[in-house]
Amino acid sequence: MHTTKALAEANRLMTVCNSCRYCEGLCAVFPAMEMRRSFADGDLNYLANLCHSCGGCYIDCQFTAPHEFDVNVPRTLAIVRSESYAAHVWPQAMSGVFRRNGLVISLLTAATISAFFIGMMLVHSSGGMFRAYADADGSFYALMPHNVMAGVFTAVSAVAALAMVLSIRNFWRAAGTSLPIAMAPADIWQAIRDAATMRYLEGGGQGCYEDEAVGTDNRRFYHHLTFYGFMLCFASTSVATSYHYLLGMEAPYPWYDLPVVLGTIGGIGLLIGPVGLLLAKKKRDPMVQDDSFRGMEVGFIVMLFLTSLTGLALMLMRETAAMGVLLALHLGIVAALFLTMPYGKFMHGLYRFTALVRYSAERRLHM
Amino acid sequence: MEEQRQDYDVLVIGGGNAALCAAIAARSAGASVLVLEAATKFYRGGNTRHTRNMRCAHDRATETLSGPYTEEEFWDDLLRVTGGETNEDLARHMIHQSKAMLGWIAKQGVRFQPSLGGTLSLGRTNSFFLGGGRSMLNALYKTAGGLGVDVLYEAEVVELEIEDGFFCSATYMHNGERRNVGARSLVAAAGGFESNIEWLKEGWGEIADNFLIRGTSNNRGTVLRMLLDNGVDRIGDPTQCHAVAIDARAPKFDGGIITRLDCVVFGIVVNKLSQRFYDEGEDIWPKRYAIWGRLVAAQPDQIAYIIFDSPSLRRFMPSLYPPIEASTIEELAGKLGLDPAALARTVGDFNAAVQPGTFNDAILDDCRTEGLTPPKSHWAQKIETVPFYAYPVRPGITFTYMGVRVNKQARMIMADGRPAANMFAAGEIMAGNVLGRGYAAGIGMTVGSVFGKISGEGAAGNAHN
Ligand SMILES: Cc1cc2nc3c(=O)[nH]c(=O)nc-3n(C[C@H](O)[C@H](O)[C@H](O)COP(=O)(O)OP(=O)(O)OC[C@H]3O[C@@H](n4cnc5c(N)ncnc54)[C@H](O)[C@@H]3O)c2cc1C
Ligand code: SF4
Ligand code: SF4
Repeated sequence: MHTTKALAEANRLMTVCNSCRYCEGLCAVFPAMEMRRSFADGDLNYLANLCHSCGGCYIDCQFTAPHEFDVNVPRTLAIVRSESYAAHVWPQAMSGVFRRNGLVISLLTAATISAFFIGMMLVHSSGGMFRAYADADGSFYALMPHNVMAGVFTAVSAVAALAMVLSIRNFWRAAGTSLPIAMAPADIWQAIRDAATMRYLEGGGQGCYEDEAVGTDNRRFYHHLTFYGFMLCFASTSVATSYHYLLGMEAPYPWYDLPVVLGTIGGIGLLIGPVGLLLAKKKRDPMVQDDSFRGMEVGFIVMLFLTSLTGLALMLMRETAAMGVLLALHLGIVAALFLTMPYGKFMHGLYRFTALVRYSAERRLHM
Repeated sequence: MEEQRQDYDVLVIGGGNAALCAAIAARSAGASVLVLEAATKFYRGGNTRHTRNMRCAHDRATETLSGPYTEEEFWDDLLRVTGGETNEDLARHMIHQSKAMLGWIAKQGVRFQPSLGGTLSLGRTNSFFLGGGRSMLNALYKTAGGLGVDVLYEAEVVELEIEDGFFCSATYMHNGERRNVGARSLVAAAGGFESNIEWLKEGWGEIADNFLIRGTSNNRGTVLRMLLDNGVDRIGDPTQCHAVAIDARAPKFDGGIITRLDCVVFGIVVNKLSQRFYDEGEDIWPKRYAIWGRLVAAQPDQIAYIIFDSPSLRRFMPSLYPPIEASTIEELAGKLGLDPAALARTVGDFNAAVQPGTFNDAILDDCRTEGLTPPKSHWAQKIETVPFYAYPVRPGITFTYMGVRVNKQARMIMADGRPAANMFAAGEIMAGNVLGRGYAAGIGMTVGSVFGKISGEGAAGNAHN
């Protein structure tokens, strides 16, 4: 009936929880569960992506091991969630990548692209690659034509975006197996607010579960740094692109200009956030986590960190001889990040957001 | 923990709601407190970990309670469910104290939520714990720990040294060793004796072998027995308890809330002879929920079967085990091990007696039987639409009422009528003082919290004198 062992276990647990419901005040998963009597794979994937893995329902549950009912909702939903990325991915041929998409794949991709850029720079700068360029020389573009850079990134983004949109469409359709809904703009707004605050990471208010005695909120804090850091960097790139095409202003920009300010603040968030998340992961009770997709998770976190690290290094050392290599490295890493996005942990954000939209609509229509 | 002080002001035996409320109250009053809990850390607070709500009087609606519930109304409810078998003085005292309890419990870190989906009838009277009883306990333990209460798990009290109503010390087993600890006052909060089948048999006879125990296997009444043997007065009837009909497939112990079945009012209930034995539609379900354990206990082999048909399947809260399903009544009987002809006859007689009416499970509707014994007074609808379903049920014992007699200070009363010098009791172990019989949802926790706090304060005061 269910396509994987984890889905069958999630189905068993949701049957237990639906007869209990003690956790219904903790997060969105339980009220969404209560709207259903039986759970198809699509329902379970949806519920799993609503779960923020706060761990609240694990410490509150009277039926966790050693009790014979052996209930562990956070861990089971974590496995289902990871599997759900692969189950809905477009193209399906890529579904195997999630389990393997560790650091190695990402780094190899980044290295390959960086090497390509270095080769190009060597050719384009005809021997001037290892020279220091002043900003006034139009430093980056002295080594690489803007059109090449823009062309490569437009192509990479388009491929990634297409894959993401089609994957999310698969997920959205499957999630509607048991409970048909029609989405409204209000639902998107609600989901934006829920996602922006990570409302459901709080386990009903006690903060996410790290140690039974002290509920702490660290994961939310580091996740905010990472998420908003990423968004600021994204904004920085977008502003820079508009400067270039709309205002005809070429990079590099002075330190006080918007792209640099946004990028620097975001970059710092992207340095601290991922490290904090990695440490928090280590500190958490292994009982509420799942290890089988660790590579995918670590891979994504490290790539974010490297993106920021090389970006900041580039900004600081752009007038030195290291600029060329740093630029190639940074662009390689960013391109690899984009390319691997639809096939790794990045997707958790999109699936979760989609699940939150759906949850808002379900509440509106069925509660 | 190894370097425990030898003596404490207050020793609390047990680790549930009653024990923790006592420990927190005693420690807040300045006493040094040791809690001895027989269970492991995971199973601490035996029955409390399975709870979801408590019933407290309140004069106005709150964020989580939909309306006022006055002391007078609480008292009327208690009087009705116990049929007057309660100590009015003590019960009114408890109800009065329950008002302040909501705030006190919240101050200890326990959080509430609006009533759970599927239990909306309790939204005005009962406060539901966010995350359920284990979450509530986690908060109490955290607070107790922060205050400096010492807690020892896997520490079963096996002996009490009591001299003429005066508690001296307790002996407990820990890491396979016998240890002794003295204290100036004792709070006994070690639960009832529901998981002691042999003791249940003293009241019920051999049929108790067929009972399922819904909560912890640790509430064997050992401390209760020691107290009674040491001259504390007994209160209550040994067969009185909270007992409901739960899924017969549930484990012997600790199946908890999820084996509960709320579908009696939607069908008929037959015994192993395929005969009905009680009016399934006598009153709304929350008022009848707690009589079905005793009813099933009175049937042959202590088993019964709830029979209903497909339109009813989604009318009640789901439960752990799926219903047994068949496309004819005879086939269903076969799957249940009942005589197919007999079951078909019972269902046929029932269907023939059903009168036309307008079904409404939110009120006492006019769907009833005519000329049938026993009648089904409400929600009687023909069982005729395939598939047919059945749940086998057995008596599920929640907790026992017989215990030690106490006064308003939660101080134990000796058999000769004198108050004990330094011994207090709270929770199931003294529930019989207010619950002679019957039950209203949430009172178990009220008894534990209110008398827990009173006993902790009393024990601390006692220790200082
Ligand atoms: C499934 C279920 C659901 C329930 N739901 C509700 C509800 O929603 N609302 C409500 O009000 N009531 C409910 N009850 C009843 C409620 O659980 C009890 O009335 C209440 O928890 C009793 O609290 P207590 O502290 O007296 O006992 P417990 O919480 O059972 O604690 C007693 C403790 O004493 C320990 N102990 C026993 N013997 C010894 C010994 N010799 N030495 C040391 N320790 C010992 C046990 O290990 C146990 O942990 C429910 C009960 C069950 C089984
Ligand atoms: S996780 Fe445990 S306590 Fe929470 S709803 Fe499920 S079974 Fe109940
Ligand atoms: S881990 Fe937290 S977010 Fe996930 S289901 Fe449990 S309570 Fe909800």
